[in-house]
Amino acid sequence: MATSQALPELASVPWRQPTDARWLRRWARIWHAWTLLYTVPFICAGVGMIWLEPLATPVGLAALAHAWIIPELYAFRGASVVRPKQPRASAQAPGAARCAATAFPGEPVAQGLLGDLLGHDERELQRDTGLALERGALGIWLLGEGGALLVSPGGRRVHCFCVRAVDRELPPSDRIAHLLLALRVDEEGFAIVANHAFAGAPWRVARRMPPRMRPALAAARQGAG
Amino acid sequence: MDRTGHTTLAEWTTEDDAAFAAAVREFGEQQELGYIGTVPDGPGRATHVRQLPRDADTVILRRPIAGG
Repeated sequence: MATSQALPELASVPWRQPTDARWLRRWARIWHAWTLLYTVPFICAGVGMIWLEPLATPVGLAALAHAWIIPELYAFRGASVVRPKQPRASAQAPGAARCAATAFPGEPVAQGLLGDLLGHDERELQRDTGLALERGALGIWLLGEGGALLVSPGGRRVHCFCVRAVDRELPPSDRIAHLLLALRVDEEGFAIVANHAFAGAPWRVARRMPPRMRPALAAARQGAG
Repeated sequence: MDRTGHTTLAEWTTEDDAAFAAAVREFGEQQELGYIGTVPDGPGRATHVRQLPRDADTVILRRPIAGG
């Protein structure tokens, strides 16, 4: 039997560096430094202008607003990787499951298959939050329809990855099952194929996640801590 | 796994050569369509297979993934 523990999809991204724990730590530090680099100057400029010339307060406040908005936009970008994709996103609240089933007739069947792949606690969490929790060597993963979050050991950093099954017409749970199987075959390969979108503190990502999904991130942090 | 949720393409037993041969043909056809064979190996583990394993309980054919 010909088997492999490497993802076949790696052949499509031969130029990418191996994404191991060391790479993730380095990338988290780079994101941290980058956040300070574009935040601290705006804070200094804003405070300095207000202190030196009170008449410049509006401009100083605008600089402080930049220091707040830009990190928020980056965090929003990170959280968006697990945001439900349309048309499911249009049905966030009550009746969401019914709307998903209408838009994707195969969703109930796909949900059953995904449930079979998950353990009891993970299955319940996925049904409540839409995210599948999977423990790996790099940390704890949360898989969504079009992306994944990786909570590093210790629970102090979250890496956000854009990654999806190539067939966009798949039911939402099937998309998660595709990612789950690929992750289980080759965790580092999965992280190499995925596009790294953001790294930062979990609270920054949680604030920008749909409320329904936040318990999944809390559970992942608890598991990683 | 497909747009219907999932479809059973073939079933076989280790003793049934004809059923296994039919499953191998189906497996090959799906690979040509771009599907990837994966065998769940229990909690948290799975294996990529390029040939249909006769003794596997389940082989799941999935689409490739890519960075979004």
